[in-house]
Amino acid sequence: MTNPAGRADLHRTVQALIRNFCIIAHIDHGKSTLADRMLEVTGVIEQRNMRAQYLDRMDIERERGITIKAQNVRLPWHSPGDGKDYVLHLIDTPGHVDFTYEVSRSLAACEGAILLVDAAQGIEAQTLANLYLALENDLHVIPVLNKIDLPAAQPDLYAAELANLIGCEPDDVLRISAKTGQGVTELLETVVRDVPPPSGDPNAPARALIFDSVYDAYRGVITYVRVVDGELSTRDRLLMMSTKAAHETLEVGVISPEPVVRKSLSAGEVGYVIPGVKNVREARVGDTITSATKPATVALGGYRDPKPMVFSGLYPLDGSEYPALREALDKLQLNDAALVYEPENSAALGFGFRVGFLGLLHLEIVRERLEREHGLSLISTAPNVVYRVETESGGEVIVTNPSEMPGGKIARIFEPVVKAMVLCPSEFTGAVMELCQSRRGSLTAIDYLSETRVELRYTLPLAEIIFDFFDALKSRTRGYASLDYELSGEQESELVKVDILLQGEPVDAFSAIVHKDKAYSYGTMMASKLRELIPRQQFEVPIQAAIGARVIARENIRAIRKDVLAKCYGGDISRKRKLLEKQKEGKKRMKTIGRVEVPQEAFIAALSTSSD
Amino acid sequence: MAGSAVQGEPVPLTGPLPPGARSTGPLSVYIHVPFCATRCGYCDFNTYTAGELGASTGPDAYVEAALAEIRLARETLVDAPPVSTVFFGGGTPTLLPPNALGRLLAEVGTSFGLEPGAEVTTEANPETLDAAVLSALLEAGFTRISIGMQSATPHVLATLDRVHTPGGSVDAARAARAAGFDQVSLDLIYGTPGESASDWRISLDAALSAEPTHISAYALVVEDGTALSRRVRRGEMPLPDDDVLADRYEVADAVLSAAGLAWYEISNWGSPCRHNLAYWHSDDWWGIGPGAHSHVSGTRWWNVRHPAMYAKTLGEKRSPAEAREVLSAEARSDERLLLGIRLAEGLPVTCIPGDSAAAGTRVAELAAEGLVELPVAQSIRLTLRGRLLADTVVHELLR
Repeated sequence: MTNPAGRADLHRTVQALIRNFCIIAHIDHGKSTLADRMLEVTGVIEQRNMRAQYLDRMDIERERGITIKAQNVRLPWHSPGDGKDYVLHLIDTPGHVDFTYEVSRSLAACEGAILLVDAAQGIEAQTLANLYLALENDLHVIPVLNKIDLPAAQPDLYAAELANLIGCEPDDVLRISAKTGQGVTELLETVVRDVPPPSGDPNAPARALIFDSVYDAYRGVITYVRVVDGELSTRDRLLMMSTKAAHETLEVGVISPEPVVRKSLSAGEVGYVIPGVKNVREARVGDTITSATKPATVALGGYRDPKPMVFSGLYPLDGSEYPALREALDKLQLNDAALVYEPENSAALGFGFRVGFLGLLHLEIVRERLEREHGLSLISTAPNVVYRVETESGGEVIVTNPSEMPGGKIARIFEPVVKAMVLCPSEFTGAVMELCQSRRGSLTAIDYLSETRVELRYTLPLAEIIFDFFDALKSRTRGYASLDYELSGEQESELVKVDILLQGEPVDAFSAIVHKDKAYSYGTMMASKLRELIPRQQFEVPIQAAIGARVIARENIRAIRKDVLAKCYGGDISRKRKLLEKQKEGKKRMKTIGRVEVPQEAFIAALSTSSD
Repeated sequence: MAGSAVQGEPVPLTGPLPPGARSTGPLSVYIHVPFCATRCGYCDFNTYTAGELGASTGPDAYVEAALAEIRLARETLVDAPPVSTVFFGGGTPTLLPPNALGRLLAEVGTSFGLEPGAEVTTEANPETLDAAVLSALLEAGFTRISIGMQSATPHVLATLDRVHTPGGSVDAARAARAAGFDQVSLDLIYGTPGESASDWRISLDAALSAEPTHISAYALVVEDGTALSRRVRRGEMPLPDDDVLADRYEVADAVLSAAGLAWYEISNWGSPCRHNLAYWHSDDWWGIGPGAHSHVSGTRWWNVRHPAMYAKTLGEKRSPAEAREVLSAEARSDERLLLGIRLAEGLPVTCIPGDSAAAGTRVAELAAEGLVELPVAQSIRLTLRGRLLADTVVHELLR
């Protein structure tokens, strides 16, 4: 049943024998395991060379069990059903709400999708959101329950749920175990039978969709493409249709699962193109590649510039690492078209960068890569969204940092909102509604997926969910709720900037833009946190929270009166000197605000959200 | 003396001192007697009760080992000057019979020689001092007695696990003066959980009523690993905060000064203990006994802590030193500053590192904040407020 050559055929393939598909699944529902099993069953990888989660290449992806960059693989399939040799392209999709746009481009490269759901857990919000996305893209959806070998599996229950969602019969839902391989051959046969072949025009001018773009230190940018019409060949220069820039076609090929060089890629095929550029911005996800000698006139639809939605200040703990941070960001940006940053100077934290991200996961990943791959120690300020401020004089200011908020004379402030979807067992409906209400959400719909599972739809300010919303949701639903959201424009809101002052000096790193009803609680929370965190000084230190000139909360750090260790005799001296040396080191990591010395740890603790 | 372990380097087989290190004097000897009748709940000193030690590591074995270490010290410090002060600490030195203390002191005299007018102190608990003991100590050459009084209020003594009665220390101090000791000191502790402002005042007045020549007053430090620290951690004993301790200190300074005992070190008032001054002047001293620390011209070392191990190494004619540190020039200068600033005699401004203009600026800032004063040229002294914030002053001076 495997291809005798053990690898994909390397010649031009007729479209009727091509099937392009992806797998839509929640984290932990077994997508990578299923992909691994397909590599084995089709013979492109021998079992002994298998390492778990072959397609997840980045360390962080493997550790977190998520896919950030889309991968793809070409699988030869000799169908036991009709005896024909097919070419299957599996396109792996990123699995997080921050990367919805990347998901949509991956889906646009396919004709079919496997909807993979854990038979013990049922569908999750994110999977549902991606399913809707697949249906909007007219993909043929094959519903599959995975992990049917688990004792906790409830295949009948969840088969009914899936059938209800996509409008098929429960019997049409395949039941597999990616772990044992049970049902995987049947699944591939279903793909061949039900997913339509590509239907582009092989003789038209070339058009290929970039669904992923990665930077490689040796080759420059490598783009992963789906050829829709015509043929991409190394004989022709290529043209990026959004930027109108022409480049050399250095190399084309397919992944099976290692790169295999080809002379050309033709309509319906999935593979890679190396355009000889140094930065992913010059070969963006969603763009259309055509031939420079015989260009197409209309690009494939759906291209969009990535737009950062969440901003945070990143500062090196050690000020001397600022140039290293800049270099590291420059390097990451080569491979991340959505990452934007500009230098920023904070009175409290020194020199750093204001960095824009697609969302919180994107922020976390970037931060982790900076620390892990570039060996930096960083402080990040509390993330904030982008505000649009209309001034009374008719001007407009885009605020990506609370300290840029224009003082006074503000006519209106707009904040971004999202459409959020929460899936949870119906017993938690009340708890979820209460949470969303407290985050200024407005309910737009309630749907019952089954008797016991409910889908709630809310419009929420993005600012309310970037902080700790997901954690709060999980804790109120004992971990059962899942969340997905998409951006949905902006709304006017009554927002104010709360400043935190130490001895009358505002500490820019602690300023926040919050809804006016929450200003007081933010102010008191921050002031009391800082009172605990900042050591007593030789003088009294008032801590104030203020909106403009109006103080809304205050705390006091009393002056220290005694610090001396009462006794110091012969046996105490070494200990005392070592303590002093340690304290001297500690002093170096103090930031001075006005006259107040604040330990670095206080900043980190005050800016972290985990403690409360 | 606290013998808390610090990381050091191993001591070479040739002994604790690096080649060429020698004492040019003045030289002091500390003798640590690691025995107590009972263990007090706040104490983390290197001391043991009879029940904790077997017969083979009791007082007799200790005395022989300590005598051996004194002779070893003499061999190591080839051209040592005569000793100017000797201090017996513990533990409770007076748990040893006066003749045992006398033998140890005599060995110091035989090996090193004692300077004329040398100060010889022993610590003592009131319950171990009677007229016979006092006269035997005088006879043996002791010149100074330091009595652990801690408090005059019964509930504070009970919290500290002290077995003596509130009046015992005062009586013992009076008896010592009557027996002919010119120098008598009482130790007090403030900031014990449950101690009120008036309890503290009562203790100060009681101590002064014995007309001691010297009083030490320490804020209670709750050391890790003591019974008291466990009780504090369990929430049974709320500790007074630093502001209360500052109040107690200020009261002590006012009361003691008014009684004619002027401060000469942050926690010490009255006629100075010359032995302790040696520590604060970074002079040389050799610590005899288990866990004792020594310092000779920039090398510090400390002995093994357990009496059995201590006796064993000396029995094998080896140094009982466990580890040592050879101080860098910077560490020595830091030490001189952090110790010297504690003294009322003042710290020469030449002890402040960095160029003199910068040092002058820092001193001026500290003076402006009321932390130091300059009573004589080229010397700075802590103010009352500065004594309470001495760590801050040290940090600023070393900045």
